[in-house]
Formats: sequence, structure tokens, C-alpha cells
Amino acid sequence: MNATLLERHPDGTAAERVAVVRRARRAPRRRRRLVLAGLSVLLLAVFAARVLLGDFTFTVPDFFRILLGAEIPGATFILMESKLPRAVLGVLVGVAFGVGGAIFQATLRNPLASPDVIGVSLGASASAVVAIVLAGLEGGAVQAAAVLGAVGAAVLVRLVAGPGGTHHLVLAGIGMAAALLSVVHYVFTRADVWDAQLVLRWLTGSVGAADWPTIRLLALALLVLLPLVARATRALPLLELGEETATGLGAGRHQADLVLLLAVLLTAVGVAAAGPISFVAFLAGPIARLLMGGRTTLVGAALVGAVVVVGADYVADYLLADINFPTGVVTGALGAPFLLWLLATGRTGRRVA
Amino acid sequence: MTVTHERPEVVVPQESTSRLVADRVTLGYGERTVVRDLSLAVPDHRVSVIVGANACGKSTLLRGMARLLRPAGGSVLLDGEAIHRLPSRQVARTLGLLPQSAVAPEGLTVTDLVSRGRHPHSGLLRRWSREDDEAVADALALTGTLDLADRPVDQLSGGQRQRVWVAMALAQRTDLLLLDEPTTYLDLAHQVELLDVLRDLNAARGTTIVMVLHELAMASRYADHLVAMQGGRVVAAGTPAEVVTPDVVRRVFDLECRVIEDPVSHTPLVVPVGRHHH
Repeated sequence: MNATLLERHPDGTAAERVAVVRRARRAPRRRRRLVLAGLSVLLLAVFAARVLLGDFTFTVPDFFRILLGAEIPGATFILMESKLPRAVLGVLVGVAFGVGGAIFQATLRNPLASPDVIGVSLGASASAVVAIVLAGLEGGAVQAAAVLGAVGAAVLVRLVAGPGGTHHLVLAGIGMAAALLSVVHYVFTRADVWDAQLVLRWLTGSVGAADWPTIRLLALALLVLLPLVARATRALPLLELGEETATGLGAGRHQADLVLLLAVLLTAVGVAAAGPISFVAFLAGPIARLLMGGRTTLVGAALVGAVVVVGADYVADYLLADINFPTGVVTGALGAPFLLWLLATGRTGRRVA
Repeated sequence: MTVTHERPEVVVPQESTSRLVADRVTLGYGERTVVRDLSLAVPDHRVSVIVGANACGKSTLLRGMARLLRPAGGSVLLDGEAIHRLPSRQVARTLGLLPQSAVAPEGLTVTDLVSRGRHPHSGLLRRWSREDDEAVADALALTGTLDLADRPVDQLSGGQRQRVWVAMALAQRTDLLLLDEPTTYLDLAHQVELLDVLRDLNAARGTTIVMVLHELAMASRYADHLVAMQGGRVVAAGTPAEVVTPDVVRRVFDLECRVIEDPVSHTPLVVPVGRHHH
């Protein structure tokens, strides 16, 4: 019966119409492949620069020789205990923040709704510094406290915001972030000099203190989380159309909450490993979207996140001689103008057409 | 019940069946009850339109029937089973929905959006197929949006955008389609155009359509089955000729009117009286 209606249609035969759809579907996919390939090459380049260049330069053959176990006095230590772990941790943390942030922004349909803006990352920080200074914990216990803190902050923001729109959530989150920041500041005043150094790391975030046990733990966490994320975010194209449309297209009742919980965990393990490197979660998704011409891409966000962290760490290390900035200071300097640009161009509300 | 319109291409079943039924359903938001103890059988293969004054519960009823709201009492049945207990994806293969507040992410193209209507038919092992291409192409052609295929949705006019959203729901290829005020924000020409598309769809595929409309004139023109609501209850239901009477209009809209015959569609046409013209 359908055929009779479309037979007299001005858009030509069925085959011609299908050809139009195929063409329209092909262009974005080609762009996606190009962008992802470009970002991969860029990440490789930044990673190589971070590891090989700087005040101690390595040749590629030396790099592989050391990697395979050769002992070159001085060089082996610098590569294996400083440069390489910093770069690897940078990639892992960048992926965790990039994917976590992009999921938040897509699901909540607002670029401001990223975990580092709405208090999730600060939940991890506040919980960690309380654990260090007031409870006297250290090592793995602090990292566990950080993860719990992030989940706790996220749940609290959700409850405070209530069932309303994303706007409520962003406002509640910004309020929560402010409250948690004052907790960190309060703890800071109570800390002795040694602890104060640690607290500072939980405030800005840095991959400067990277060590292999932390990297192994984070890699393991990502190995568990990322496949779950890949499965759950098959619903992301629905969720970013809004809750009601998503339900109409078959999203389950708790699908958005599940996806967001995974994003909270990604952010939490990232913060637990390197502190809340400012604005990476906030920047990665929108930059990837911009490159893709307006399509949400988690793989793209992961790559952008990794490039930003590794690149920022390189800048932090070598921008000024003798001063080693925390990574978060550099990303913060990148993120602040971007936030202003978002506000100035009015893209912070619903992404209304 | 008889059908007033002559539509030779539609095979109207002699006795009306209903796959979607509201059974003594009570709906509300938190403490506030909007629809109380309401029963409604949606006739299959027909166009049903729900009308009523603002805040009469018509959108709430539609949202309940589309499983967006969980009933506080009673249940909504789809093919005899409580719709809230069925897996959402399974429902989405039978029942499509166009909510009132549909907003596309910035930069999303028309084809990309309409393709998302195929999601309930996708699976872990089932890749995008020729059938999906055809469903999207048909939906675009039916709504007259094929030539917009690679345009970003946010650059379209209001009328075009609304047709694209309808196309997304059509690409879902469901037997039932629920629309919440699909003509809001459209000018008269675009309203007629959109409602014509929906009638075409009903005629071509026998799709059961339920929509909430604001305008009584449009409702009585396009409905096979008209449901008038007031204060969360159904006041009258039947063909437009049965439902649109001065008495019902007074009860539902608190409006004095005369009812004449629409010279074009021969359906009832409400002419308000007001205070200035007697």
C-alpha cells in the first residue's frame, strides 16, 4: 500500500530516494574517519615529543633499547621513571576525562554539564584531602576515598537537582562545586606543610608525580570500564535527543542514569590517579564535536583528551626553565577562555536549534 | 460507530479493535493528580484526536499512553499487556512517539536524525541494512524533506523542522504513532500540510494515529475518532459529528458556539459566539 502513495511522489523512484539517503549518510562517516585518523597521528606526535624531547633528548633507537631493558646510566632512569610514566598516565587520564566529560555533555545536552564543572571531580578531591589531612590515610585508601567522593557528589547533585531539566542540574552542580571547593580550602588551612603539598595536587591535578603502580591500577580500571561504556553508550544517540524522545525510541527507564554512572566512575578513577586536571573533561567533548561537524564522538573526545593532557604536561614541564607547573594549571589556562567563549556565544543553554 | 469521511483506500474493519487501551488509568506528577480513573480504547487503523482546554490532562493522557508517565492507578495496555512492564525497545517497535519538546543537538543533519528512528530495529549483531535505508528514504519522501537530507536540523525553518521530527517517528515504522501537539508553532499552511502527511500515512499503511491537538477546527477535520477531555476525564468520544455539538463545546471549552458544516470537508465547524456579535 505504501508503494501507491509514493509512486506519484516527485522525489523519483525508490532506488533514487535510497541513493540520496546513502549519500547523506556517507559524508559524515568519511569525515569521522579522517578526524579520528588525524587525531591519532597528532596524539602519536605529542606522545613522541613528550617522551623523546625536552631537556634530555632521546633517539628513537635508544628509546626502544631502554624500553626493552637496556641500562643506559642516567637516561634509563629519566625515561622509565619520569618521561614515559608521565606520558602514559597523561594518555590514560586524558581518555578517562575526555570520555567521561563527553558522555555528561551529550546525555545532559549542555556543554556546561561536564563533571569538572558540576562538582563530580571536586567531590573526589574533597574526599581525598579529607582522607589525607583529617583521617590520616595514605596511598590506595586515599584513591578509594576519591572514587567514593565523586560518586557521592554526583548522587547528591542528582538529588538536589530533582526531576527538572538540565538547567537545575547544572545550577545544583555549580553550587555543589563551590561548597566542595570551600571544603578543600578549609582542609588546606588545617594541613601541615607536607600535607599541604599533597592537597595542592588534589586541587589542580598533575601527571607530574606519575608512578607505575598508579598507572597499572588506572589501566586496569579503564580495561573494565571502557567496554561497559562502549556497550551502554550505544544509546547515546537517543539520549542526546532528550529523555522523552529517547524513551520513544526504546531507551530504558534508567539508561541515562546508567550511562552517567559509568561517566562518573571514569572521571573518578582519573581524578584518583592524577587529581582533577582542570577543564579536560569540559574541553575534550566540544572540541571533538567541532572537528566532527556537530556529531558527538566518544572516541574523538578520548583522543582530544589525551592530546590535551600530554601536550599540556609537556608545556608545563618546559615552558619556564626551573619551574615545573602542575598540568592542571596549563589546561586551566586553556579552559577558561573556552568557557568565556561558550558564555559569549550563548551555547550554554539547551542546544536549541 | 460509523466513519463520516469517505476514504476508499482505507480498509475499515467492521468491528473496531483496539491494540492500545487505557484501563481506569490515573496519572499525575508527584502529589498532583491530573487524569483520574480514565478509560479509553484507541480504535486501530484510525486517526484519533484528543482535544480539550488548557490543563485538561490531554497531554498527560498521551504521555501516559506512551509510557513516559507511570500510572498511579490502573494501567495502559498494549496488545493486552501493561506497557510499563514491557521492555522499552520492544514497545518502540510497535509504538512511535513524537513528544512536544523535541530539540535536536546542534549541527545534527536531517538524515542523521531520521536514521535514529531505526534504533529500535537495530541490534548488536544486526548492522544497518537496505531496509533501514528504505525506511529513512520513505520517511523523508512522505514528509517532503528528502531534499533537506544533508542539511543541519538547526538551520531549518520551524515547519521544516517539525516535518523532520515526524519523519524520524515514521522511520521507526510502527503500527501506532502518538504525537503531542505536532502543529504547535506552525502557521496555518504548515499545519494543514503536516496533518495531510499524517492522514496519508494512515491511508497508506493503516497506521493508528493518536494526537493531541489544540485547534478544534483542525481536530474535527482530521479525526476519525475525537476524544474531548475536561478536568482529567473524557467528556465525549466518537466521530466529530457526534462529539462536536454546542453542548459539548460549552462543557469542554466553556464557549458558546454554533456548529455548522465545513464547506470543504463536510465535518462540523465550530463558530464561536462571543459577546460582540449576536
